[in-house]
Parts: sequence; C-alpha cells; structure tokens
Amino acid sequence: MNLDWVVNHADEIWSLTVTHLWLTLSATAIGLVISIPLGYIAYRFKKLHFFIVGGTSLFFTLPSLALFVLLPKILGTRILDPVNVVVALAIYTVSLLTRVVADGLASIPHEAVDAATGIGYTSAQMFFKVQFPLAIPPLISGLRVVVVTNISIATMAAVIGVAQLGTLFTIGFTRNQLVPIITGLIVCLLLSLILDRLLALLGRVVTPWRAVTHQGRAG
Amino acid sequence: MDIIAWLTDPANWTGQYSIPKQTLMHLVYSFVSLGIALVIAVPLGLYIGHTGRGENLIIGSANAMRALPTIGLLILLVLIMAPRIGSSLAFVIPAIVVLILLAVPPILSGVVSGVQSIDRSVIDAAYGLGLSRRQIVFKVEAPGSLPLALSGVRGAMLQIVSTATVAAYVSLGGLGRYIIDGRAVDDYSMMAGGSVLLIALAIMLELMFVVITRVVVSPGLTRRSQKIKPT
Repeated sequence: MNLDWVVNHADEIWSLTVTHLWLTLSATAIGLVISIPLGYIAYRFKKLHFFIVGGTSLFFTLPSLALFVLLPKILGTRILDPVNVVVALAIYTVSLLTRVVADGLASIPHEAVDAATGIGYTSAQMFFKVQFPLAIPPLISGLRVVVVTNISIATMAAVIGVAQLGTLFTIGFTRNQLVPIITGLIVCLLLSLILDRLLALLGRVVTPWRAVTHQGRAG
Repeated sequence: MDIIAWLTDPANWTGQYSIPKQTLMHLVYSFVSLGIALVIAVPLGLYIGHTGRGENLIIGSANAMRALPTIGLLILLVLIMAPRIGSSLAFVIPAIVVLILLAVPPILSGVVSGVQSIDRSVIDAAYGLGLSRRQIVFKVEAPGSLPLALSGVRGAMLQIVSTATVAAYVSLGGLGRYIIDGRAVDDYSMMAGGSVLLIALAIMLELMFVVITRVVVSPGLTRRSQKIKPT
C-alpha cells in the first residue's frame, strides 16, 4: 500500500477526523439529554410508555440519507450544513436511547427505591441520587452502541457532500484510489474502538459500587 | 410545495427511470440481499443456538459490522471488483455483497437469542416426548425463536433498504438515484421527492413486518394468548 498519500494528506485526514468526532459526539450528547427525560416519563407513566418508546423507536426506520436531504427543508438550513447531520444523528440517538433509559429505570431493584422513600427522599432526590445512578450501567451499554452506530451512519452524509471521514470514501471513488478509502475505514474503526473503550471505562469510574459488589462483598 | 409537484408530475411516473421502476429496483436489490442473507444466517443461527458453539462469533460480527461504515466498504469493493467484472454487474455484485454482509449479523443474533430465549423446560419436555434432535431444532427451537428472529430480520431489512439508497452513489438503481442525481443537477425537489418515497417504502416494509410477525408467530408465544388464559 502506498502510504505517501496518507502522509501528504495528514492535515486533511486530521481535520476530517476532528469534524467527524465533533458531529458524532455533539449529536450523541444532544440525543442523550433528550432521551433521559423522555425515558423517565415513559417509565413513570405506564400509559405513555407505548407511545413514547414505540414512537421514538419508529424514527430509526427513517433511512439516513432521506433524513439528511429532508431536514434542510424542515430546519431551514442549507443542504450542506453539518447541522442536518447532527440533528439526524440526534434523532437516531433518541430513537435508540429512550427505550434504554425506560428499561434501565425499570430494572432498578425495588429495595433501593423503597429505602430511599423510607428515608424521605423527594422525587428529585430519588431520581438524581438513586434511580439515575443505578440506571447508568445499562445506559452506558446503550451509549456504546449508539456512538459506534453514529460514527458509521455519519459517513453516509459524504455522498451528498457534507465533509467528514466519509469524504475519504468519495475522494477514493472519484480518483479511483484505494488508499483514501482504506484510510477512512481504518480511522472510523479506530474511532469507534477508542470511544467504545472510553465509555466502558467511564461507566466503571462513575459506578464504583459495582466494583465493590463484584469482589463479592455481598456474598 | 415543489416536493409535491415533483411527486405528482406525470413525467416522473413513466419511462425508463420512472418512480415505479426505481421502487421496484430498490425492492429487488433489497429482497435478493435479504433472501441470501437469510439462507446464510438462519441455518447458522439455529446451529449456534442449538449447540451454543461460536457465540463469540456473533457478538464480534455484530459489533464489527456496526462500526464498519458500509459506504466505505461498498466503494472499496466496487473499485476492487469493477475492473474484473466489467459489465453493469460491476456495481450490482459489490452492492449485493455489502448488503448481505450488513444483514447477516442482525439476523444471526436474532435467531440465536431467539433460540436461547426458549424456556429450557420446553426443550426438556420435547426430549421427554421422544423428539429427535432434528425435530427439536425444527419443531421446537425454530418456531420458538421466531419473535426475536423476526425482529432481527426486521432490523436487517431496515439496514438494507437504507444502505441500498447509498449504493446509488456507485451507480446502482433504486430510489437513491433521485437523491444522488438530484444532488448532481442541484434539483432539490427531486432529492426531497426521492427521500419522501424512500421513507414511505421503509415505513411500509416496517408495517409488513408487523403483519408477518402476527401471522407466523405462534399465539402461544405472544402476550395475546395469555390474556385469554384462565387464571
């Protein structure tokens, strides 16, 4: 493989990587912030559960390219505006995470909630000090799937011309070169791998009690 | 609105590149890929689910496929294969290969988790009744795995329909043509019209799966029958 291309275009590859990372992470963060209250409402109000979880998961049906094209019409943005990609990926994030949040909250042991009620926690304290922390492990697993999915879906925006790592694929196609494509694939995979590991690590850091119970203190 | 004007323009409904023809092309590519993926993934899934061997393979393949950008893989395959094939199949074959690769992991994990979700006592009861291994696989495990297996197939179908659109970039026919061609000639209503059709197609396929699931899944496996059960 001819690596000269990679060396000569290192700056371009780097800036595409940074853009890609920014697009994916901001979309995931926005989606997360929206899905937590949505998932909580779905968990608290059983009658709304079907509509919220069913409705949000339906959004995943929308083909990404169609979203990238139609969002400018709805948002009033230009077709090449990266905002379209962020919004589309945020929609997918909400679509995947709302169910995860609702299921995660439902999986919390009753004893923990009862104990918190017993010592007089308000519902806000209950959520921030008991329910949310205990729902973190499933939420992190959901986030790992979402981030990896988003990194991959974002590349599709290259076919309509929005610059990010997918641009390396279209460059390779128009110039009939394999190196840019392989570079793009490798960078995408590395990015997914790194973010996946970082999130797994974050999950372990923010739930220190799990390490304790895993060592068998309970048994 | 210009999108509606484009969608209702009779000129777009007739001729060689008409909306019905592109929709049909999209469906043909999608179903051919899904069919081949099913032939590969279902037997393999039943085998893995029955024996419990090679489960890491599924988790690994599902994760890897999720992370691998399909458009990159598609373009790579087209560039490698096109000079060797030469005909118009040069674009079709790589596209179908990528669509199959994309569809196998979700179907596989659906079938395997479907088989694993079956209550162990049901399988023990089947052995107790004297069913052979073959009968257990085909009469107990295969139908029992259907709810989760079908949701795997549904996920695969969704991915295929979505990715088949992007394949228009490498000259494949289908509804993605309107998005790519519209972009090339800067015709937004064509792009948006194609996107609307694509979404309609995706939703219709989704509904089709809801109906299929209702029809094929044994009522004994769904909550519907539990309501009737006397308590």
